[in-house]
Amino acid sequence: MTAKRPVQPDENPEGIHLPLDPLPGHTSRGRLERVLRRGEFAVTTELNPPDSADPEDVYNRAKVFDGWVDAINAVDASGANCHMSSVGICALLTRMGYAPIMQIACRDKNRIAIQGDVLGGAAMGVANMLCLTGDGVQAGDQPGAKPVFDLDSISLLETIRIMRDNGKFLSGRKLTTPPQLFLGAAINPFAPPYDFRPIHLGKKIAAGAQFVQSQYCFDVPMFRTFMQKATDLGFTEKVFVLVGVGPLASAKTAKWIRSNVPGIHIPDSIIARLEGAQDQKAEGKRLCIDIINEVKEIPGVSGVHVMAYRQEEYVAEIVDESGVLKGRRPWKREIRRDDQLVADRLEHLLHDNVTETQVDMVKTAH
Amino acid sequence: MDNNQPISTTAKGPASDAKEAIPPAASGGVTQAAIVKKTAPKSDYKPADVSPQRRVQRSFTVRLWSIRHSRMLEWFYAKFADMFLLLHPLWKGIGYGRVEAPVKFIEKRVKGFMFDCRMCGQCVLSSTGMSCPMNCPKQLRNGPCGGVRANGNCEVEPDMPCVWVKAWEGSRNMVKGDAILNLQKPVDQSLRETSAWLRVTAQAAAERGTAKQGASS
Repeated sequence: MTAKRPVQPDENPEGIHLPLDPLPGHTSRGRLERVLRRGEFAVTTELNPPDSADPEDVYNRAKVFDGWVDAINAVDASGANCHMSSVGICALLTRMGYAPIMQIACRDKNRIAIQGDVLGGAAMGVANMLCLTGDGVQAGDQPGAKPVFDLDSISLLETIRIMRDNGKFLSGRKLTTPPQLFLGAAINPFAPPYDFRPIHLGKKIAAGAQFVQSQYCFDVPMFRTFMQKATDLGFTEKVFVLVGVGPLASAKTAKWIRSNVPGIHIPDSIIARLEGAQDQKAEGKRLCIDIINEVKEIPGVSGVHVMAYRQEEYVAEIVDESGVLKGRRPWKREIRRDDQLVADRLEHLLHDNVTETQVDMVKTAH
Repeated sequence: MDNNQPISTTAKGPASDAKEAIPPAASGGVTQAAIVKKTAPKSDYKPADVSPQRRVQRSFTVRLWSIRHSRMLEWFYAKFADMFLLLHPLWKGIGYGRVEAPVKFIEKRVKGFMFDCRMCGQCVLSSTGMSCPMNCPKQLRNGPCGGVRANGNCEVEPDMPCVWVKAWEGSRNMVKGDAILNLQKPVDQSLRETSAWLRVTAQAAAERGTAKQGASS
């Protein structure tokens, strides 16, 4: 136990599940904010939430991203389909030292429940929260549910910012320990009203957004126009923009997404390229890498958000082949000297079938 | 990925030995949501006036007219608010409580006809290009969601033009259209079904009162 533990960058030496040391200018004690503020190109991804009560399902799904991403989004019933809650996923992930981004959708919870979840999440070590409006209930498999929408994404951002900076609930009641959070929002530059979208980003920044993740970007020229406007308005200096990208499994899937998932814009040229390919799945991946390589050069882009729904195994390849990390290795759970010690000891006790007497123990101890 | 030591937090490891069943990828849209929609009971009775999202369906003609004429309405509204404020002594004399019922009756009908008002009690029409944000199925008061269709219609109600696409258009006609940039506080649900006109008037009168006091002292 005398040898020093090998501590990874952005890891608390006291334990991987503990918050990092506070740094000046940082509002959270998480890894993602450090990566972004150091000016490194960040990679985030999305965990496909399990329809199960088994924690192993979450761990297995998170393990796929080990060493390739800086943060993992824990989605909050995306598409209004019920899955394990984002709070639950975050509880499991923080225990293992991952940096989750807790998504909060306004569809299912009113302001009382949301503020409680913010405190609970922060207490578990969640350092990043993403404020969303949420899809309408009609999109999911329980269209008869009551849509709540008590807050909207912007008033939610403001609520959490007030909790963090002023140490108060929305009602004005004081918090004894305010949450330390890095606040995010979503943007969709690919839906009308196009002129309003950059200004809307400004509203989100004013409400408290520190990073934004975009909807799937398949139309790079359109995104470039949006970023140009946002830069002209001075917004890109105030916020870290992570571009949403992802592989399309086939031209058929692309067409289905285009006509069934609101807010995702896929130009005809993309579908034509997929249709023309021999192996559509490989071409979808190739396309994703090409888009990453294009968007990473756009001024104001600080990272990518890789959404590979049900193709999670490709995330590592996409990140690797696009080379956005430039040799950097994001945090990865690694076995450490003290873990090894415990493992050896247990191995010895369980399998070597020894009957140690106290006398023997004292002898070996000296 | 060479370092996959077992990480089990449960006492006995995974709940079952069976390999985690990942449902087959959604091919051609056979999601549970699609199945639910397909198997929903069909009947001859299809409500004509209410959409599946419990919104009263009507034609959007008047609402869209109001947005096209947002500048004129803005001017009219300012005059109207001044008039209401002038009548403040009258309201106070009769008692706000007594005038509430008739004023609310008129307000509900007029704004209901013009803007499809939902009587949230905290009117923000002047900040939203005369497009009532409470008609948004998500009741967003700060801007559009990410689900707006390419044709500018709502994701939830495919036939309705997005309230916020229209709000942006309406605000561009208005003199104080940049009020659309203001951050709106969450709706106070306890003010539903109350008169925004009277509230605004009473608040303006109170403000005027304090301003006068400040000037005289």
